[in-house]
Amino acid sequence: MTAPAPLLETTDLVKWFDLRRSPGGRLRREAAPRLTAVDGVSLSVARNTTLGVVGESGSGKTTLARCLTRLVEPDGGSIVFDGTEISSLRRSELGALRRRIQIVFQDPYTSLNPQMTVGSMLAEPLRVHGIAERREARARVPELLELVGLAPRVARVFPRELSGGQRQRVAIARALAPQPDLLVADEPVSALDVSIQAQILNLLADLAERLGLTMVFISHQLSVIAHIADTVAVMYLGRIVESGPVETVFGNPQHPYTAALLAANPQIVPERRRRKPAIRGDIPSPLHIPSGCRFRTRCAYAEERCAAIDPPPERVGPGHVARCVVLPFR
Amino acid sequence: MRRSIVRPRRENAKAQLLRALERRARSERRWAAASLWVGVGIVGLFVFCALAAPLITSSGPNDQDLLHTLQPPSWGHLLGTDNLGRDIFSRSVYAARIDLMVGLITTYVPLVLGVGLGLLAGYRGGWLETVVMRAVDVVIAFPFIVLVIVVIAIVGPGLLGVYIGITVVGWALYARLTRAEVLVVKEQQFVLAASSLGYSNARVMLRHILPNVLRPNLVFSTLDIVLNILVLASLSFLGLGVQPPTAEWGLMVADGQTFLLTAWWISTLPGFVIVLSGVGFSLIGDGLADRLGRGWRGRAGEAEGALLTVVEDGA
Repeated sequence: MTAPAPLLETTDLVKWFDLRRSPGGRLRREAAPRLTAVDGVSLSVARNTTLGVVGESGSGKTTLARCLTRLVEPDGGSIVFDGTEISSLRRSELGALRRRIQIVFQDPYTSLNPQMTVGSMLAEPLRVHGIAERREARARVPELLELVGLAPRVARVFPRELSGGQRQRVAIARALAPQPDLLVADEPVSALDVSIQAQILNLLADLAERLGLTMVFISHQLSVIAHIADTVAVMYLGRIVESGPVETVFGNPQHPYTAALLAANPQIVPERRRRKPAIRGDIPSPLHIPSGCRFRTRCAYAEERCAAIDPPPERVGPGHVARCVVLPFR
Repeated sequence: MRRSIVRPRRENAKAQLLRALERRARSERRWAAASLWVGVGIVGLFVFCALAAPLITSSGPNDQDLLHTLQPPSWGHLLGTDNLGRDIFSRSVYAARIDLMVGLITTYVPLVLGVGLGLLAGYRGGWLETVVMRAVDVVIAFPFIVLVIVVIAIVGPGLLGVYIGITVVGWALYARLTRAEVLVVKEQQFVLAASSLGYSNARVMLRHILPNVLRPNLVFSTLDIVLNILVLASLSFLGLGVQPPTAEWGLMVADGQTFLLTAWWISTLPGFVIVLSGVGFSLIGDGLADRLGRGWRGRAGEAEGALLTVVEDGA
């Protein structure tokens, strides 16, 4: 049987940033230090499903989101969106594809232009993409506001007059205005009050359902991912170490890192036996990624061979893939 | 007071919150508003003088009255007369025309140039940024007035020289200010959002970045007007700006210097007029900095926002 073609598929996606050399380093003609933020990410998202990407701060989640939306240029690998390779397209060639992939950012306090009213902010994408003329675009604004649960009169106000949750609703409405197929949500609730987080999450889940959106949902909160995602990808130092259906991955983690993350979140699977120690220290610097398995420096199960082998993705169950040479075979 | 007893409790708390917000905002704003309106008043007075000069004084700026030279201030001649018997009040009033015009042109032409170049340099980066910013460094490295004098020496003295001279030098500060602001603003997520929405570079620059970098430029421009009026006065004083017998404040100060000990009013009173205009524009600058800092909508908008928040979070 053949699975339907995924809406979005990346293969070995790589993004690095060359940092500035120190003056001494420049004199010694050293190579500029290279920060590898995304290091060979392969993932695929089926239509009308939500992929959750989870990982610690510094694991490259945001850079991945920006590569997917072509806000930064990937340095290698491919991104295929609806059958079209988009990682190598120039800005001008992206054209309509740009409209079909939209992003919601983490911080609703800087993601809205402070000098524009909500109304003109929402009408602008409609006009730019030729979806509606000036007057018609204005008329569509209340619809968009209603979609995200805001009153029509919000169209007249400036962003600073809104609360964080209201702003994030506006940001979502703006992303939905050009009628995208894929919505990338980059930690859309982590800047919000806990009491508002659930509202925004439910809104996103509801919208995805009603509008048939495909979503890539990035978060560092496992509970959030468990709530909203169909499949999950666990990211560590720029690489996906485990992926699969969300129940399988969270219910039966095959990578020590996933297991450790879950151990720090007991409320998700309370009956699961405690593995200790959960996780030690901080994430290593992406300037110096450990040899072999990148998680070995903090792994409770690390063996000698882990330093030598960079674990390839292994299939450990239906749709369930993990990159570990130790745990799945215990 | 009596009504609040009748009203439901919650309604009352909401109203109190709004009133407290309102009160605080008002007291914070009072001083800034005062300085803005005093500034507008002073500058408005000068603008009125410039427009309605013939209505304000009966004598022309160059009317000589050789029988009444070097008269001290009196009811007949409010600011006295100079060595040719010209009425200093009339000359000061007429001079507002030229000084305001020069002040505005030599400020806002460089502003447009500088903001445009700074915007391009900051947004585009690369070689364009290098070229523009090195040019800024070169211009700023010279003492302002010296460079203006060099340009005037090339173009020739007179108003045209002043315009070209100050423009050639004056854009640099605006470019530097704007570029620095653009570097900050373009990292904001709303600029990223604009590019992910597929907006063109021109749209991102003009609609999304420019309005957010204009504020410091506008505030600085009010101070720059003062500086440029002073530069014109200095240049005229040195004989490089406006040529006699045109009425111009700086030139009038220069004219009076030989009489400083015997007829102090010839130099001093036009000098005071220069200071007064400077104070006026500076006050506008202060008030504007405050008002723009809080956004264009001001108090009404803030209160409305608070109301929205209270209502919808409570629901």
